[in-house]
Amino acid sequence: MSNAELIGQDPGWIIALKGLIIFATCVVLTIMSVWGERKIVARMQQRIGPNRVGKFGLLQALVDGIKLALKEDLIPKAADRIVFVLAPIISTTTCFMAFAVIPLTGEVNFFGRKTAMQLTDLSVGVLYVLAIASVGVYGIVLAGWSSGSTYPLLGGLRSSAQVISYEVAMGLSLVAVFIYSGSMSTSEIVAAQQQWWYAVILFPSFAIYSISMVGETNRAPFDLAEAEGELVGGFHTEYSSLKFALFFLSEYVNIIAVSALATTLFLGGYHAFPGLGFTEQWLGGWFTLIWFFIKVLMFFFIFVWLRGTLPRLRYDQFMKFGWKVLIPFSLAWIMVVSTLRVMSQQEAPRILIVAFIFSMVLLYLAVTTLVDREKAKVIKAAKVTNSIEPDFPVPTIENSRVEQING
Amino acid sequence: MADELIPRSDEFGLAKANEAKVPITNHESASFSKQMLGFWVTFKTMFKKVNTVQYPEVKEETAPRFHGRHQLNRHPDGLEKCIGCELCAWACPADAIYVEGADNKEGEQFSPGERYGKVYQINYLRCIFCGLCIEACPTRALTMTNEYELADDTRAKLIFEKDDLLGPLRAGMVPPPHPMYPNTDDGNYYRGEVTTSHPSQGVAEND
Repeated sequence: MSNAELIGQDPGWIIALKGLIIFATCVVLTIMSVWGERKIVARMQQRIGPNRVGKFGLLQALVDGIKLALKEDLIPKAADRIVFVLAPIISTTTCFMAFAVIPLTGEVNFFGRKTAMQLTDLSVGVLYVLAIASVGVYGIVLAGWSSGSTYPLLGGLRSSAQVISYEVAMGLSLVAVFIYSGSMSTSEIVAAQQQWWYAVILFPSFAIYSISMVGETNRAPFDLAEAEGELVGGFHTEYSSLKFALFFLSEYVNIIAVSALATTLFLGGYHAFPGLGFTEQWLGGWFTLIWFFIKVLMFFFIFVWLRGTLPRLRYDQFMKFGWKVLIPFSLAWIMVVSTLRVMSQQEAPRILIVAFIFSMVLLYLAVTTLVDREKAKVIKAAKVTNSIEPDFPVPTIENSRVEQING
Repeated sequence: MADELIPRSDEFGLAKANEAKVPITNHESASFSKQMLGFWVTFKTMFKKVNTVQYPEVKEETAPRFHGRHQLNRHPDGLEKCIGCELCAWACPADAIYVEGADNKEGEQFSPGERYGKVYQINYLRCIFCGLCIEACPTRALTMTNEYELADDTRAKLIFEKDDLLGPLRAGMVPPPHPMYPNTDDGNYYRGEVTTSHPSQGVAEND
């Protein structure tokens, strides 16, 4: 029985209970991931990290939350009061909603009833997640706008521009998955990965998704929206107390949500690692939950690892990378994938498929060589000019020639 | 010498990049493997020994000549070394020291010789721990200890008086005021010829 059929028979109380469990899991996972992130980043910097509150500092995030809740709740005079309050609520609710379609387990025994840990199974589940993520951008842009202050406005614009442009790359990277699985429903995509994970057969898509999900969640090295050196705190500069806590919560829930989506779409969802399929029957099917969270936490570790390793990108470089590298590349990749798919569906001779792949590889090599040659030319040209003038924009001085200022 | 200052550069293959003097501009990018090297660095660091000292519980010893809180020293018989000359106050670039000297009188002798420091204050909100006062002191009365826990919650508490700064009375020392060691002058004191107190000076406390 597929997940959709299983969930369809759920009575109301199970649905309510599942909603509660998913919410609680998200909150607890957030608290634990804040702690985990601080611990891991600390280790990467040869520090210990939080170790004062509770055993191993486990309660640190909880205590921080209590501290935030007890702080004075400020609303700036210039702020638009209604929108200012609304923005964190939009931000938080949307990122929780994305979890509704993520299948956390396969078939399990839930208080004597057969069901699956998935709140609902839409036939366009993945599109729903993308749509919800886009609504979440409203939280950011409205927070920046309603603060009535310069830096939040700039930060809000930056993050919304960033989230929107990386959503394009993210959406495109998912197309290949849709083509291969023949479905947009999360549970069916998981079912389609029984044999091979899409991270393996659709590796370029997986790579694009992994990059764009970091951009999507405003995380380092793409955390330009809160570039402390230039924008104070970004869109949430004017927020304090619980409203700030909500933004904090939504950022981390968002990380978990995109990781969960990545797990579902590329790493076989709740299924066990290859060769460990027998574990899926343990604990009456509940063991799949552990596999699911192991995969999600793997992604989370990568998030932290990126933060611990890479410096922040410059805004224009970041946008250039999104629009001029990720999107064209994923478009080309989608065409290749769909051609291959059509070929195999129409049972084209194997030699033709191999020839197609071979020609694509050749094409790729040719393009990259040309690009490299062009780059080398640019470098050569830059080196000549370097000796005369700097290659960064300089202010114009009166009675001197006009410098060209461009990226 | 310069090579010794950057011993790690070789380990990460950066030494060659330094030699070549390649200008790092946005046109050039390191090879993929070199970029991945950064991830290896952070990953490897996770398993290294942590540098953190659990400070309030565990205290690391300072360097032996660490510049900490000042101390006003005593001669072996308990008399103060400070002669109230104010050279420390004059040397202080932060104007943190205030000294008022006074004359030693019969029956009220605090230091060998004519003068002693009657008021001695160091303001630790101003002090920059440069140690110029220590260099200026002609009698080695002022030195620095290794004590560094000098935080407090009011400004007044951070102005240390003479009582706070005076060194402890060690074995054989008699708390001043008391007369000088019989048949000596301040010269004997400064040359270190007085090594303990005399019964006529009073009863030594910590014997």
